Amino acid sequence: MTGLSSQAPPGQSLRPGAASAGMPPIEAYARRQRRRLALLAGLLAIMLAGMLVDIATGPSGLSIGAVLHTLMDPAAADAGIRVIVWEVRLPAALMAVLVGAALALAGAEMQTILNNPMASPFTLGVSSASAFGAALSIVLGLAIPGLPANWNLPLFAFLLAFGSVLLLQGLARLRGTGVETLVLFGIAMVFTFNALVALIQFVASQEALQQLVFWSMGSLARATWAKLGVLAAVLVVMVPLALRDSWQMTALRLGEDRARSFGIALGRLRFASLLRVSVLTGTSVAFVGTIGFIGLVAPHIARLLVGEDHRFYLPASVLTGAGLMSLASVGSKLIVPGTLLPVGIITSLIGIPFFVALILSRRGSLG
Amino acid sequence: MNAASGLDIAGLSVGYGTRRIIDKLDLGGISASSVTALVGPNAAGKTTLLRALAGLIPSRGSIRLDGRELAGLDAVSYAREVAYMPQTLPPRVALSVFEATLSALQSSPTAQDVDPKQKSLDVLQRLGIAGLAMRGLDELSGGQRQLAALAQCLVREPRVLLLDEPTSALDIHHQLTVMKLAGEVARERGIIVIVVLHDIALAARWCDRIVVLSQGHIVTDGAPAQAITPGMLAEVYGVEARVERCSRGFVQVMVDRALAD
Ligand SMILES: Nc1ncnc2c1ncn2[C@@H]1O[C@H](COP(=O)(O)OP(=O)(O)OP(=O)(O)O)[C@@H](O)[C@H]1O
Ligand SMILES: [Mg+2]
Repeated sequence: MTGLSSQAPPGQSLRPGAASAGMPPIEAYARRQRRRLALLAGLLAIMLAGMLVDIATGPSGLSIGAVLHTLMDPAAADAGIRVIVWEVRLPAALMAVLVGAALALAGAEMQTILNNPMASPFTLGVSSASAFGAALSIVLGLAIPGLPANWNLPLFAFLLAFGSVLLLQGLARLRGTGVETLVLFGIAMVFTFNALVALIQFVASQEALQQLVFWSMGSLARATWAKLGVLAAVLVVMVPLALRDSWQMTALRLGEDRARSFGIALGRLRFASLLRVSVLTGTSVAFVGTIGFIGLVAPHIARLLVGEDHRFYLPASVLTGAGLMSLASVGSKLIVPGTLLPVGIITSLIGIPFFVALILSRRGSLG
Repeated sequence: MNAASGLDIAGLSVGYGTRRIIDKLDLGGISASSVTALVGPNAAGKTTLLRALAGLIPSRGSIRLDGRELAGLDAVSYAREVAYMPQTLPPRVALSVFEATLSALQSSPTAQDVDPKQKSLDVLQRLGIAGLAMRGLDELSGGQRQLAALAQCLVREPRVLLLDEPTSALDIHHQLTVMKLAGEVARERGIIVIVVLHDIALAARWCDRIVVLSQGHIVTDGAPAQAITPGMLAEVYGVEARVERCSRGFVQVMVDRALAD
C-alpha cells in the first residue's frame, strides 16, 4: 500500500532525528509537552539570573553574593548597599522584567490576531500612540475629572493605544491587505505620532519637556513601587485572560475561515485580545516610555523554542521578553561605563538588525 | 424519512458587497447518510455557497437542518452542526498535525469530549496520516497539509460536513482514500456530506447525488447517471465530451475538445 506515511509504520513519527521517533503519537506529544515545560522553566531561570546581574551591575559594582544576601536578609545588610539594592536597583530591575513581559505578550498576541509576523506595539505605532497620549496628559494637563492624578497618564496612554489598535484592526480586515501594507501603515502611524509628540514638546514647559524626553527614549530610571504594583497587577490580570483564549488563538493560526468554522467567535476574540494589547502597551509606555523591538523579537524567539501552541507560546514570549529586557538593562549600564543609557536605545540597536533580517528573509521565502 | 429531516436550502441569496453571486437558490432533500457532489466551472459560486452554508458569510433565505433554521445559532452551536474545510490549504505554521487537529476540537468552549487526544489520533489513523502526527504543518507537502485539514474537520464530528475541493492536492491513491472515507463517515454517523469536486468521474463514482452549479444557478441535480450528460458538459463547461460506462459500470468522462464560444 502506498501512503503518505508509508516510510514508517502507522503511529510513528517521521521527523528525522526527532526524539519522539518510533513512539506512539500521544506519548510523543506528552513528551514534547514536558520538554516545553522544561524550556519554560529554563527561560524563567535565565530571567531570574538576568535580574540578579542587573541588580549587581551599576556605578558601584556589587557581587551577586552581596545582592542575594541583601535581598534575602535586608536587616543584616550594610545600610549603603541596602539602599542601593532595595531603593534603586531592584525597582529598576523589576520594572525591566515587567515591561519586557508586558510588551512581549502584547507583541505575541498582535502577531497572531493580525496574522502578521512583523506586528508589535512598537513597529505598528501603538507605542507611539501611547506616548502621544502620555504627552497630552503631561503637557496639556488633560485629566478625567474625579480620577486620581497619577491614573490620568496611564489612562491617556491606554486610550490612544486602543484607538491606534482599532485603526490597525480595521485596516487588517480590509480586503487585499497584505503583511507589508499593514507594516507601512504602522510606520506611517509611528511618524505621525512622533511628530505630534515633537509638536507637544515644542510648546511644553521646561519641566514637562524633561519628562517627555524620557518617553521618546525609554528609561527604567524612574521606577517606583507604585508603578511596579500597577504593572504587576495588569500582568496578573492579562496573562490568565490571554491564556484562557490560547486554544482559540492556536486555531486561528490555521486561517480565519477554519477558525470560525471551529466555532470561534472571531470578533469577540479579536476585540478582547486588542484590548489586552492596549492595556499592556499603554501602561508600559506610561511608566517607562517607548521601548522598541522587545515585542517583536521575543515572540519570534518563543516560536522557535516552543512552536505555536499558544499555551506555551504566550508564556514563552512573556519570559523571553522579560529576560531580554533584563539583559538590555545590563547593557544600558555597561556600554558607556559610568553612564546609564536609556534602555530603549539598547533594545532598538539590537532590534533593528533583527527587523531588517526578518523583512529580507520574508522576501526570499515562498510565503 | 419524514419531510423535516436532512438539509433544506430555500430561496438562498448570497453576495459580496452589492454583487449577488447566488440568487434565490433552492436545494432540497439533502438526506442524512449521503454524499452530494457540487460541481461546476470556476467562479460558479461553489465556494460561496459552501461558506454561506457554514455560516461564514451572511446570506438571505433559509437553511434548515432537520427542520430547524441554522441562521439563529451562535458560533459554537453552529460549529457543532456544520464543519467546513476551506478550498485553500492550511498555512505553514509551527504547529504539528496532531496539535492542529487537537486545536480544532479544543477551540469551541463547549466541546465536551472525554478524550480529545485519542479522538484526534483516531482520525489521523483513519486518514492514514498518524505517522505525520508530530510533524509540523510548516514541513509538510501540499497533499499532506490537505489531509491534515480534512482531519481538523472530521475530528469535530459535525452533522453536516462541507468539503471544498478536498482532493485538489492529492495523488490518485489519496483521492480514493478521501472519497471512500467521506462515504463511510456519512453512513456510519448518519451525517450529510457535501463535497465540491472538479473531477467529474470521481464525483460520479463516489457520490450519491450530483448538483451542477453554473453562474450561481443549479443547472442539473440528480443521480450521477442522469446528471452527467454530454449536453450538460457542453452547456456548462463548453467542452465536447463523451460520457461512457467502463467495464465495471462506472461513469467515465472523456473530454475531446473545447468548444468555441
Ligand atoms: N471574497 C470575495 N469578494 C468578492 N467577490 C468574490 C469573493 N470570493 C468570490 N467572489 C466572486 O464570487 C464568484 C464565485 O466565486 P466562488 O469562489 O464561489 O467560485 P467557485 O465556484 O468556488 O470557483 P472555483 O472552482 O474557482 O473555486 C466569482 O465571480 C468571484 O469573483
Ligand atoms: Mg471554490
